[in-house]
Amino acid sequence: MERRTIFAGWVLPVCLVAPQLLLTFFFFLWPAAQAMWFSLMRQDAFGIRTEFVGLENFTDLFADPLYLDSAVRTVVFCSAVAVLAMGTALLLAVFADREIRGRTIYRTLLIWPYAVAPAIAAVLWVLLLNPQIGIVAHGLKAIGIIWDYRLNDTQAMLVVILASAWKQVSYNFIFFLAGLQSIPKTVIEAARMDGARGWRRFRTITLPLLAPTVFFLIVVNVVYAAFDTFATIQAITHGGPGKATETLMLKVYRDGLINLDLGSSSAQSVVLMVGVVVLTALQFRFIGRRNAE
Amino acid sequence: MATLELHDLRKSFGATAVLHGVDLALNDGEMLVIVGASGCGKSTLLRLIAGLEIPTSGQIILDGRDVAQLDPAERDIAMVFQNYALYPHMSVFDNMAYALKIRGLSRDDIARRVRETADILGLGPLLDRKPRQLSGGQRQRVAMGRAIVREPKLFLFDEPLSNLDAKLRVSMRAEIKRLQRRMGVTSLYVTHDQVEAMTLGDRLLVMHQGVPVQLATPMEVFERPATTYVAGFIGAPAMNLLPAVLCQDGTAADLGRGLIIPFADGKRDGADGRKLTIGIRPEHIAPDPAGMAMQIDLVEPLGSETVLIGRLDDGELLSVKVPGRAPADALIHVSFPAAALHVFDAETGLRLG
Repeated sequence: MERRTIFAGWVLPVCLVAPQLLLTFFFFLWPAAQAMWFSLMRQDAFGIRTEFVGLENFTDLFADPLYLDSAVRTVVFCSAVAVLAMGTALLLAVFADREIRGRTIYRTLLIWPYAVAPAIAAVLWVLLLNPQIGIVAHGLKAIGIIWDYRLNDTQAMLVVILASAWKQVSYNFIFFLAGLQSIPKTVIEAARMDGARGWRRFRTITLPLLAPTVFFLIVVNVVYAAFDTFATIQAITHGGPGKATETLMLKVYRDGLINLDLGSSSAQSVVLMVGVVVLTALQFRFIGRRNAE
Repeated sequence: MATLELHDLRKSFGATAVLHGVDLALNDGEMLVIVGASGCGKSTLLRLIAGLEIPTSGQIILDGRDVAQLDPAERDIAMVFQNYALYPHMSVFDNMAYALKIRGLSRDDIARRVRETADILGLGPLLDRKPRQLSGGQRQRVAMGRAIVREPKLFLFDEPLSNLDAKLRVSMRAEIKRLQRRMGVTSLYVTHDQVEAMTLGDRLLVMHQGVPVQLATPMEVFERPATTYVAGFIGAPAMNLLPAVLCQDGTAADLGRGLIIPFADGKRDGADGRKLTIGIRPEHIAPDPAGMAMQIDLVEPLGSETVLIGRLDDGELLSVKVPGRAPADALIHVSFPAAALHVFDAETGLRLG
C-alpha cells in the first residue's frame, strides 16, 4: 500500500523534512566525512602536526595482529550473541504462541528488557555476576567453579555475550511472535492432518515459513552485536581483562579517545562504516523480498 | 474406506455449548453432507472428527475404534480446507508427498502415488510449481490431491468450494462427486450452500444451533422437511410459512380470511384450534382466477422461470415461482393445492404427519 500526501507549496514540506536532514548532516554526515578525512592523516600525539599519509593507516591496520585479533573476536562475539538471542527468543515465541492462560501478561513481560538502557542492563548483570557479591557467582562457587570474569578471559567473554544477548531477546521475540502469528493456522492444521507432529512439523513447516523473519533478524542482530553493545561491554569489562572482550567498536574508542591515535581510529571507523553499509544493503534486500511476497 | 459413528458428541468452549449431542452413523463409502447456517456447529463437528479439537464428551468410532481423544496423526483422516491451506514453501509435488514422507514410504512409492493422483486430477504439468503460481481452481485441485494421495479412511471437506467463483464452483462440484464415487471413500462434506448439499450428498444432515435437525436423503429433506427451520433453509426461494389453526376435527387447516384447506394426506392430531404453521413452496402455488388476490411487489426473472414476491390482501408476504415470464398484471390470483401443503406445529416447529 502506498500512501502519498500532496502538498500545495514547498515551504511546509521543507520545514517538515529539514530537522531530520539537519540532524543527519551534523551528527552523521559531517562526522563521517571527518572520519574519512582523518583516516588519511597522521597526527602527532600532541595534535600539533598533521600530515597526509594516503592509505597508510589502512595498510597498517590490516597488518596489525592486534586489529585482526579484535576482528576475529568481534565475529565470535557477534555470532554468539545472534545465536543466543535468536534461539532464546524463538523458543519463547513458540511457547507464547500457544493458547496458554495469562499469555498476554507473559508476552508483555518478555518485551520489557528491550526498554532497559544498555548501561543499566550491564549494571544488573554486574550485580548478579560480581565475584564478591553476585548471587550467581556465589552459586557457582558453591558448586566448585572459580568465578571471576575480571580475571578470566573466557568468563569475561561469556558475561558480555550473555548481557548483550539478553538485551536483544525481547526485540527478536516480538518479531518471531509476529512471524509465527502470520503463519495461517490452517496450514499448521493441514500438517497435523497429514500426520506431522512436534519437532518435525516445526522443522518442515513452521521454520521454512519463518525464514524471512530469521534472515531479517540475523542482519539486525549482527549489526546490534557489532555496534550497539559498546555501552554494555564498556560498563562490564572495559574490553578487558587484557583485550579479551575488546571488540572493534571498543578498539575504535580506545585508540581514538584514550590512545589519541586519531588516524588509526578513524580508519577503523571507516572500515566499520563499510561493514554497516554492506549489512544494511543486505537487510534492505531481505525486507524488499519480504514485501514482494 | 471405513464406517464412522458418533455417539452423543458434545463440545463446549468455556461456558458456551456449541454442539448439544450429535449421534450419527456413516455407511462405508457414503458421502454425507452437513448443512446449516453459519454458527450452527457444523464446522466444529468436522474439526472434532478431524481431531483438531477434542470433544467435551462423546465418542467418535472410526472403523470400530474410538478415536475421540487421539491426535489427528493417529486417525488416518484427510481434510480439504476452505482456504486450501497448501504449504506455501513447497512445490505441488512436495505438498502431495508430505504426508507420505511422514509415514516413511520409500521415495519410489511416493513418486508413483503422487504421479497417479496428479494424473487423475490433471495436475501432472503443475507438479513443480509453487502454490502461489496456481489459480484458485488449481489450488483447490492440489488440496484435493493432497487428501486423495493418502488413501485415508475418511475424507473431510470444510466448505471447499466457497472461495471459488460461481462457474468454477459448479464444475468442481461435479468433479468432487465423480472423484468421491470413484475412490469410494467415506466422506463428510460441510457446506452452507444448499445447492452443494442437495447435489453432492447421498444423505444430508441439517444442523441448527448445535443440534442435528434432520438426517435423510436430499429429496426426502426437500419433500418432507422435519421442521419449519429445515423447510425454510432448503429450497430456493424459501418455502412460504403461514400461520393457521387446525379445524374440522383435524382434517383441515384454517388460514384465516375464510381460506380453509383440507389435508390431502389425512387427519392431524390435536383439538381444533391448535396453532399450526402451514408451509408451501413457491413453485407449488398455482395461478387460479378463483383464488386469493396477491399484489406483486417485486419480480425476479431467472430466465426459465420467474419469482414473484408480493402480499396477500391482509399483508401476508408470499413468494410464487411461475414458469416463463412474469404476468403483465401487478395483481394475480393464486391458490394453494392441498397436496402441496406442509403442516407444522406452530410452537415446536415440528412436522405433523
